[in-house]
Amino acid sequence: MLAWRNLVHDKIRLAVTVTGIVFAVVLIVVELGLFIGFTTTTSSLIDQSGADLWISARNVPFIEQGTPFSERKLSTVMATPGVAAASKYVLRFAEWKRPDGGQDSVLVVGFDLQTRLGAPWNIIAGQVDDLRQPDAVFIDDIYRERLGAARVGQVVEVQGRRARIAGFTQGIRAFTTSPYVFTRFKAAQNYTVLREDETVYLLVKAKPNVDVEGLRRRLAARLPSIDVMTTAEFSRRTRLFWMFTTGAGLAVLLAAVLGLVVGIVIVAQTIYATTVDHIREYATLKAIGASNWYLYKVIVLQAVISALIGYALGIVIAVLVIRGSKESGAAILLPPGMVAGMLVLTLVMCVSAAIFSIRKVTRLDPALVFKG
Amino acid sequence: MSDSAIRVRDVSKTFAQGAAAVRALAGVDLDIDCGELMLLMGPSGSGKTTLLSIMGCMLRPCRGSVSILGEEVTGLSERDLPRVRRDWIGFVFQGFNLFPTLTAVDNVGLAFDLRGLPRRQASRRATELLEQVDLGDKRDAFPADLSGGQKQRVAIARAIAGDPWVVLADEPTASLDTRSGRVVMKLLRGLAHDRGRAIVIVTHDNRLLEYADRIVQIEDGSIVSDSASAGGAGERSVHS
Ligand SMILES: Nc1ncnc2c1ncn2[C@@H]1O[C@H](COP(=O)(O)OP(=O)(O)O)[C@@H](O)[C@H]1O
Ligand SMILES: [Mg+2]
Repeated sequence: MLAWRNLVHDKIRLAVTVTGIVFAVVLIVVELGLFIGFTTTTSSLIDQSGADLWISARNVPFIEQGTPFSERKLSTVMATPGVAAASKYVLRFAEWKRPDGGQDSVLVVGFDLQTRLGAPWNIIAGQVDDLRQPDAVFIDDIYRERLGAARVGQVVEVQGRRARIAGFTQGIRAFTTSPYVFTRFKAAQNYTVLREDETVYLLVKAKPNVDVEGLRRRLAARLPSIDVMTTAEFSRRTRLFWMFTTGAGLAVLLAAVLGLVVGIVIVAQTIYATTVDHIREYATLKAIGASNWYLYKVIVLQAVISALIGYALGIVIAVLVIRGSKESGAAILLPPGMVAGMLVLTLVMCVSAAIFSIRKVTRLDPALVFKG
Repeated sequence: MSDSAIRVRDVSKTFAQGAAAVRALAGVDLDIDCGELMLLMGPSGSGKTTLLSIMGCMLRPCRGSVSILGEEVTGLSERDLPRVRRDWIGFVFQGFNLFPTLTAVDNVGLAFDLRGLPRRQASRRATELLEQVDLGDKRDAFPADLSGGQKQRVAIARAIAGDPWVVLADEPTASLDTRSGRVVMKLLRGLAHDRGRAIVIVTHDNRLLEYADRIVQIEDGSIVSDSASAGGAGERSVHS
């Protein structure tokens, strides 16, 4: 009651407090959303591959950096007990020539049509089987304009060879500036000038109820010159590389932390100023018998009310910002867990800010209440 | 042993002020009985507010002891003092100290809220108290819309919400005109005489003398005279 009245009494200060919280919430949500969006994007090919294990050349730091090795390893893999399916997979850069003659760099994704490990997902035009055509490729909806391919059936050139748009996916964003072009392995071999007897990855599907880590170790023992990783491991390795080794993720995380700090400082400052403004009232409350606990409740309740208003407004604005950014091409994700986590974070931020001012009211100075 | 509402024994208080020390109280002894309205008078800086703060458990003496209703409070912990103030003592201040964002009824209701009463009940009791101080019609007014005398009556209603045995008032009429001052003093005298409460009023307003049962003079931190007022039993013994 007193907490609420105190707040609404000083509308300007309430507005400043809420603005501070809104600012922090929006900054944190957008930056964290960007971070999650980035991270998800960097490893989406791995996470969506359907494979349990990835086999690559030694010490590949991230998926775009795979180097070729002999495809003869595939028979060793197939012969290993516990393997349900295994197939070749390539991801390499190539030149894309638009119908209008302009050039662009793309990442060609070549997968096996029998096992379908590493096949495109979220398909909105065409079917995976359409990629059986020797020169058929899929690209993502997001890159229609950039790659100059608006319709199915359009013909372009990849690395000097003919390619025909057979379908589109939706929302498969590339983390690098080069869009993904999905095609069958054989075609990708040609587009990326990979030798006939080489592959860049081998994707493995384990049989049901087979322990994946156990299978990984068995395969690793049989393939001493190359790496065998679980999908999760390779995904994490790729994410870590893009997020931290390059510093891209660090900058984004730092901005989120900055938002948190700015939020705490603004909220602490305004709640403190409000408390100091009302210091005589708090002293009076103590004089007439309020326990410290009662005063804490008033101050914390003020913080919580501000937090809830600021959080609600902040989330609404963040969602609008994220909507707006969809068109501009940035990937900002807002998982429900983050929305809930943000509420907790906002409350913690505001309450810890309030704690700064609690110290101010615990000492009762009679001079405060008795002055005329 | 005695039915003193407040018993002050050999209380001294020294404030450290930089290198210098200010001696605000020097060995004060004082007993205040229930049903008695006492005026505490003295020049500015003589230690009146300090003595009132110590009796009200807001300030600890450097030496000596204070008992309220027979319970020694000097040794109580910081944690227990709010309860003592809440249950035994009512405060009235020169500056009213009302909450500007709350209506009259909520200002009084707050005192019940502190005592854990549910909202509705607090509001009903607060309304009754406002009627007792003749402000039934101002229950929804904010302090800013009340006159000084009305504000002080709201403050008195708040002070007696817990039905305290002791009411301590520091210059309660200093900010009021003569007529409002009279109303307030009559209310406080009624509490002493009709309901047996112990009332201590700090003042240097001689117009209040007529309401006093007893007048205590303090100078430089010591009681210099203690007498029953006009028509009373004359000087009591004075400790020096
Ligand atoms: N918190 C304090 N710190 C330092 N000196 C104080 C403090 N409170 C009161 N004093 C000093 O103690 C003396 C008595 O003050 P006070 O009790 O307020 O007098 P009165 O109420 O009679 O005017 C004064 O000299 C005053 O300056
Ligand atoms: Mg004083």
